[in-house]
This record gives sequence, structure tokens and C-alpha cells, in this order.
Amino acid sequence: MKRSTIVNWLLVVAVVALAAFPLLFISGDYGGADGIAAERIAADHPDYQPWASSLFEPSEEVASGLFAAQAAIGAGVIGYYFGVARTRRKLAGAVNAPSDAID
Amino acid sequence: MHIAEGYLPPLHAVAWGAASAPFVVWGARAVVKQIRDNPESKLLLGAAGAFCFVLSALKLPSVTGSCSHPTGTGFGAVLFRPPVMALLGTIVLFFQATLLAHGGLTTLGANVFSMAIAGPWVAYGVFVLTRQLGGGLIPAVFLAAALGDLATYCVTSVQLALAFPDPVSGVVGAVAKFGSIFAITQIPLAISEGLLTVLIVRLLSRVSPAELTRLGLIKSANPVVKESVA
Repeated sequence: MKRSTIVNWLLVVAVVALAAFPLLFISGDYGGADGIAAERIAADHPDYQPWASSLFEPSEEVASGLFAAQAAIGAGVIGYYFGVARTRRKLAGAVNAPSDAID
Repeated sequence: MHIAEGYLPPLHAVAWGAASAPFVVWGARAVVKQIRDNPESKLLLGAAGAFCFVLSALKLPSVTGSCSHPTGTGFGAVLFRPPVMALLGTIVLFFQATLLAHGGLTTLGANVFSMAIAGPWVAYGVFVLTRQLGGGLIPAVFLAAALGDLATYCVTSVQLALAFPDPVSGVVGAVAKFGSIFAITQIPLAISEGLLTVLIVRLLSRVSPAELTRLGLIKSANPVVKESVA
């Protein structure tokens, strides 16, 4: 494997490790930070009433699907970009000398 | 994690909306200009928006025992400058507010200000500064993305503190309180965002060095990339 490819994989591993570390070593209920903030507001300012609520509130199951859809759409677009760029480069590479990426 | 629907008093909601609106209009014009002047960068612009889409859907666990998500705005800010991200970030926030009940329409102005304006501008500032101080492309990208991410949540903490000062310690105490909820949680996530942004820039430098050259990230399309990294 090329050195630059190894570095790229190490970056991915580091991100996974950063996410796994708290789950393994720190106990918590891993709720959303926004929910925790809302709880603190309710505790310190009991007279505050949220004056609006979401027009459309998906159930937890539906929300997880929509979050997955959001990530999938984004990943699809990024993947498409790389596919196009790589092909373009390959076709151009037939004429130009290849250049190295960051390694 | 954004300010939830209804969790800013009307006056604050309107004020943040008014503060954000001009930036979003500026962003829309910047996007139109970008596409008109550089039609070939349209695809990469879409990819920058998509990066923001993916990262802000990634809810990650953090050291505080709670979850938050990165913002993904530093990447586009470094590539296309911050005004563009004001529009792209707003689209992401609008999508999450209307379809996912995440964030909200009444708090959209405040959330746009933190994620689509403050974050990208901090990221861009850090990037330019690091480069001018002689930092390499990769360290600059890492710092820009990580600090832009962190800045977003610091702004969120300040926004909530202004709206909900602590009964005892006032606004300052409330900044510390909300900071401990948002900003501390965000530190490992900011590092993750920095690493992921470095990853995508490295991949880009391999498949489309010409594009990065045109955007001014690297100097010329050939072996350069190697030296800019040293």
C-alpha cells in the first residue's frame, strides 16, 4: 500500500477511535447536548415556556432514518464528485505526466 | 447540536435573525458569482455543501457522556471563502429544522449565526493566519476545521447565556454553564472534524490538484503538493 493511502486510513482510524473512546471508558446516557441544554434552561428558569415547537416532529425511528438519509445524500454527492474527478484525471493523465498526491 | 425550537425568547430570535440575514444574502450572491465566474467549480461547491450535510448528520459520542455533531463548514470556508458557507450552512440547518425537528425555525437565525457565519469565518481566519505564519497546508486545514467547529459551539453557548443568564452568576456564569455542555463536548468532535477535513483535502489533492490550484490552496498543479505539506 502506498504511504499516502496508509496515512488516509490512519486518519479514519483516529476518528473512529475518538468516537469509541468515550463509549468505552466514560459512562453516560449519551443524550444530545441540545437536550441537556434545554433541561438546564428548564431547571434554572422554570418560568420560561418554549414558545414554539417543531411543525413536524418525526418519531425517533423516522428521525434516525432521516439522519441516515441526510448523511447518505451528502456521501453520494461527495462520491460522485470523486468519481468524476478521478475519471477526468485518468483521461487527462494519458496526455500529462502523472503527479503525486500528498503523501 | 443547535438551539432547540422555541428555546430563544422572541426578541433574541428576531435579533439573531436580523444579524444573520445579510450574511445569508451575501452568501447567496457569492454562490451565484462563484458559479458564474467558475462554472467548473460547481461540482466541488456541491461537494463542499455535501460535506457539511454528512458531518452535521454524524452524531458522535463525546467525553462528557453526551452526543453532538461536527459542522463540516470549515472545509467549504477554506475552499470557497466564508460567505458561500453562510448559504450552504443555512440550507443544512433549514433541512434539519423542518424535517428532523433538530434546531428550529424560531432559532434558525441564531443557529445560522453560529454554524454558518461564525464557524466559517473563524475557520477561514485561522487558515489564512496559519498559512501566513508559514504553516503547511495540512496543519492549516486541520486547525481551521477544528477551531471553526469549536467556535460554532462557543457562539451557541454565548447565545444561550445572553438569553438565559444564570440566576446567581449572571451572563458570565451562564456562558461557563452552557460552555460546559456544548464547548467541552465539542472538543474531541472538533478534532475529528479537523482530521476528516484533512482527509478530504488530501484526497482532493490527489484527484483534482488543478481545482485546488485554481482555488489558491496549492501553488501549481504538479509536484507541489508534496512540498506544501512539509
